[in-house]
Amino acid sequence: MIHIEYILIISAVMMFAGIYGFLTRRSTLAILLSIELMLNSADINFAVFNRMLFPEGHEGYLFSLFTIAIAAAESAVAIAIMINLYRMFTSIGVEKLKNMKW
Amino acid sequence: MEYTLFILLLPFLSFLLLGVWGKWLSHKVAGLIGTLSLAAVTVLSYMTAWTYFTADRVGGIYETLVPYNFEWLPMGSLHFDMGIMLDPISVMMLIVISTVSLMVHIYSFGYMHGERGFQRYYAFLSLFTMSMLGLVVATNIFQMYLFWELVGVSSYLLIGFYFTTPAAIAASKKAFIVTRFADMFFLVGILIYGYYCKSFGFDFDAAGFAEGSFMLPTALVLMFIGGAGKSAMFPLHIWLPDAMEGPTPVSALIHAATMVVAGVYQIARLFPLWIQYAPESLSIVVWVGAFTAFYAAAVACAQSDIKRVLAFSTISQIAFMMVALGVCMPGHEAVIDAHGSLGYMASMFHLFTHAMFKACLFLGAGCIIHAVHSNEMSAMGGLRKYMPITHITFLISCLAIAGIPFFSGFSSKDEIITACFNYSPVVGWWMTGVAAMTAFYMFRLYFGIFWGTENKELHAHHTPHEAPLTMTLPLIVLTVITVGVGVYTTLGGFLEWGGSFGSFVTANGEDYTIHFEKQVAITSTVMAILAIALATYIYKGEKQPVADRMYAAFPRLHRWAYKRFYMDEVYQFITHRIIFARVSKPIAWFDRHIVDGFFDFLAWGTHSLSYQIRNLQSGSVQQYALVFFLGILLVVFSVLFF
Amino acid sequence: MSNLLLLSIFVLIPLVMLLGLWAARTLNQVRGVMVAGSTALLIHAVYLTFAFLAAREGGNTDVMLFHDCVEWFPALHINYEVGVDGISVVMLLLSAVIVFTGTFASWKLQPLTKEYFLWFTLLSMGVFGFFITIDMFAMFMFYEIALIPMYLLIGVWGSGRKEYSAMKLTLMLMGGSAFLMMGIFGIFFGAGGNTMNILHIANHTGGATAIPLAQQCIWFPMAFVGFGVLGALFPFHTWSPDGHASAPTAVSMLHAGVLMKLGGYGCFRIAMYLLPDAAQELGWIFLILTGISVVYGAFSACVQTDLKYINAYSSVSHCGLVLFAILMLTKTSCTGAVLQMLSHGLMTALFFALIGMIYGRTHTRDIRELSGLMRIMPFLAVCYVIAGLANLGLPGLSGFVAEMTIFVGSFENTDTFHRVLTIAACTSIVITAVYILRLVGKILYGTCTNKHHLELTDATWDERFAVICLILAVAGLGMAPLWVSNVITDGVAPIVDHIQAAAHHVSTCNPFM
Repeated sequence: MIHIEYILIISAVMMFAGIYGFLTRRSTLAILLSIELMLNSADINFAVFNRMLFPEGHEGYLFSLFTIAIAAAESAVAIAIMINLYRMFTSIGVEKLKNMKW
Repeated sequence: MEYTLFILLLPFLSFLLLGVWGKWLSHKVAGLIGTLSLAAVTVLSYMTAWTYFTADRVGGIYETLVPYNFEWLPMGSLHFDMGIMLDPISVMMLIVISTVSLMVHIYSFGYMHGERGFQRYYAFLSLFTMSMLGLVVATNIFQMYLFWELVGVSSYLLIGFYFTTPAAIAASKKAFIVTRFADMFFLVGILIYGYYCKSFGFDFDAAGFAEGSFMLPTALVLMFIGGAGKSAMFPLHIWLPDAMEGPTPVSALIHAATMVVAGVYQIARLFPLWIQYAPESLSIVVWVGAFTAFYAAAVACAQSDIKRVLAFSTISQIAFMMVALGVCMPGHEAVIDAHGSLGYMASMFHLFTHAMFKACLFLGAGCIIHAVHSNEMSAMGGLRKYMPITHITFLISCLAIAGIPFFSGFSSKDEIITACFNYSPVVGWWMTGVAAMTAFYMFRLYFGIFWGTENKELHAHHTPHEAPLTMTLPLIVLTVITVGVGVYTTLGGFLEWGGSFGSFVTANGEDYTIHFEKQVAITSTVMAILAIALATYIYKGEKQPVADRMYAAFPRLHRWAYKRFYMDEVYQFITHRIIFARVSKPIAWFDRHIVDGFFDFLAWGTHSLSYQIRNLQSGSVQQYALVFFLGILLVVFSVLFF
Repeated sequence: MSNLLLLSIFVLIPLVMLLGLWAARTLNQVRGVMVAGSTALLIHAVYLTFAFLAAREGGNTDVMLFHDCVEWFPALHINYEVGVDGISVVMLLLSAVIVFTGTFASWKLQPLTKEYFLWFTLLSMGVFGFFITIDMFAMFMFYEIALIPMYLLIGVWGSGRKEYSAMKLTLMLMGGSAFLMMGIFGIFFGAGGNTMNILHIANHTGGATAIPLAQQCIWFPMAFVGFGVLGALFPFHTWSPDGHASAPTAVSMLHAGVLMKLGGYGCFRIAMYLLPDAAQELGWIFLILTGISVVYGAFSACVQTDLKYINAYSSVSHCGLVLFAILMLTKTSCTGAVLQMLSHGLMTALFFALIGMIYGRTHTRDIRELSGLMRIMPFLAVCYVIAGLANLGLPGLSGFVAEMTIFVGSFENTDTFHRVLTIAACTSIVITAVYILRLVGKILYGTCTNKHHLELTDATWDERFAVICLILAVAGLGMAPLWVSNVITDGVAPIVDHIQAAAHHVSTCNPFM
């Protein structure tokens, strides 16, 4: 029996890795990856809490499925934006993307 | 008396007509319009005077008529009326103004011939005449003030008639500002008067007025300051000599005969108030007048510009009128008889005679300037053979102002001096002395122009000639008036005839027969003759050794007198160095740098603060996320541990 | 004609003009629309004046005539409520005259003529709306409508440091508006929060209650300063010199001629009328400030070298006199204040029009570079002298009437404090003479020293027309002030009575009394 703590530790590590990546990476692609990491860590949490604490329900699984679907759509949109940005600025570094501020 | 309205209306219409359409009128037509309207005014004025003075007296005095009076502007419980009031002094003034003005209108045909702006000149003359007539027939003090300002403006416009000459511009500005400064006191006086007397009218209701209050004397003295400004009393006289920059006929009309006596007229108008409520304050009038009379006479002795001599002589003569008004004090031991206010009559009489002979002198001076093209005595001398008519009329007027019997100035001046002796011997002797000085400087002027050293060089270049008829005719008319009045009143005074000036204008309205105090008459005549003899001795000859020796002996005194005792410099200092440099400039600086600087500082502060704050809004999502994340941590920790 | 329509026409005509301008394609069409519209406004203002007089003749003694009300936003008690009294009638007349002449004064304006007139019309719509409404919120709205176009008019069509001036003017006036809005909401909630109607609040009817003194003392300074900024109250006047100096001719005319009057009108109608106790209690502070304005503006004008700065400072002095007279709180002085608004509006408009015309020819406003214009452009120069004489209070022109009424009215106050201030204000007539004559002497008289100026031409027909209209108005007011004065007194009397009836007759906190 794997304890719930082990899985939560993994998901926390993923979460913070994601946050760290989100805050520090310069490339938008890396930021997107970090976001995916954070989403996945949240998915793991949903699944594990459902499995361990409320085994009679299915909402947690359902929610992670939703999240995965949305994350996929979001990645698609994000990568489309990046391709466009790359075409316009020949770069996908976040520092270069200041034109949208004003 | 309904037709009196036209006395005001005609010059006004002529002003509008000439002012608006003057540009399209020829000189001759414009001049004729002005002159004819004025001639009509003169006829109406004489008709008014005839009707007024031939009407029966009511209770021994002439009735005050008010043919028109309507509310012009309501001011709360007070109201500002406009109207026409006829009483002996206003009717007398109508005569003076219309006569002199008509003479000046005729004279200007010749004097201003071919000048650029001829139409404008006549328009301004009409405006002035209208305002001055409005001033004298005012039914209340506020109407007087209104026209008072208007005469000030017409005077400004006429002094500045030659608006391309810097001196004329400066003079017009000075005249207006100095009189305006005095008018401010007049205005405050009116405010006080209106408030405490519950009316601006001259028919004061003493009921509403607290007995013994110092408010009414204060108001009267403030109004006197206004009058002193207009009548060029020391120390507000500085504008009048400079005002001679205007055309000479204008000087004759405005700065000798009519406008400058407005201050005297104002006091005469308010005289019943002065006598009843502020008799002590009248001594201010006496001392201001007495000092001014002497001061101006002293300066006149040293001037070389003939118009300035005449200007200072005007100041001095107006001061005589002021003194004469001031020395009326009923209850004063020497004057308790029925004619206690002899001075009032004398003042008005002198106003009348002075207007005539001084206008004549100025117009004569205009002829001379017209002939030699200069105001300086050095350009003249020996003119008697070139200009006989001007010479004779000028001489007669000089005799009149010097106070020689059988010329009009004698009768009026003698009455003034008598009144002064009644008031106090000091003032009496003082004024006699000033009268002698008058005779001296007038004959210095006369000899300097018509006798003395001829400026052959200049005259060979340009031979002086007698002025045309349009210019000499007014001189003759005015001289005839001077002599006629002089002979009649002198004889009348010695033989005690009635029906001279005292029968028309007196302080209490009762008939008064002019008679001379022999002692006073003889003293002043002798002194005048002595002064004339002295002037003849010094200035008549081709060479003037005495005069030269005197200049050499008292160079500083002469210089001070010539520079008018540096009064102008004092004013220059006050206005430029103090008001402009020490008040206006700092205020303007304060406004730009402190007040405006404060608002600019506010703007700058907001701007720089925004600059700092805007870093928070960096637009970098990562930065936001960091803050967001730290915030969550903070919340989590606070939930966990507190 | 229904009352609502009768007054709303003042707003509707500019609206129609806006549509017409929007549709106009050529310059002549633009001018046509402007002339037709401003003439219609002028005619209607005259008509309204006569209708007003006829109604008064007919025995109608309501405070506000032609009153009508349309519900607008009931939840907040905001109505579109119109009505006029004597003050508004003459102010409408003034505005119509200025708009009319302003149109002619900007006849040849380039570039973007159509856009210029669009904003110009919008501004006048705000002005007219302000004078016809008696609902505080609607007044405030129109007030803002009148302010905003000023930014563009100066910023785009101005001269000199126009962006700076436009920004400064707008920001300062907006700052004033912020105070004003607080003041208005303070009054609204202080009076129970049931009505925005001025009459209801003043008379405690229609659900309004009396505002406690403590509250009034908070809202009064806000409302007074809020309007006072526009009325050039010291020390909030500094937008005036810069703003006027940069503004194009007709905008200066409209701004000094009408917009600055919104300040005085608002102070009287809202700050004083609705907060009478505080007006008596705190009036002395503002009385000192306005007294300073009067003298200070005149002194500052003495040493300026830019024609428009001189006139702007002279406006500070004269508008200071308006607020000064209002605060003196006697019927006569308040009548004088409204007369002064009229008189100042007309003569300053005249002044600015002439300055604009001179500037348009010489391309300089520096008096050190101008001289001898009398010979070169006699018509403009003579009109300039007339404007100057009106400014220094020559009898027969409007300034005299207004100033004398103010001084006499102010002197009705018996205490030393008010009297000393009155006498201090009287000194301004001398200082005014100093700067006007200095100006006239420098630029008009003398001989022309600049060769380029010798070839300049005199006024064209449109300029002459604008100037003559204004001079006639100035002279008309100056020669026959009786009926204007009566119309104004009719509007002033109930307000002053109301304020004087307030509980505090003598200020308890004035150290000078």
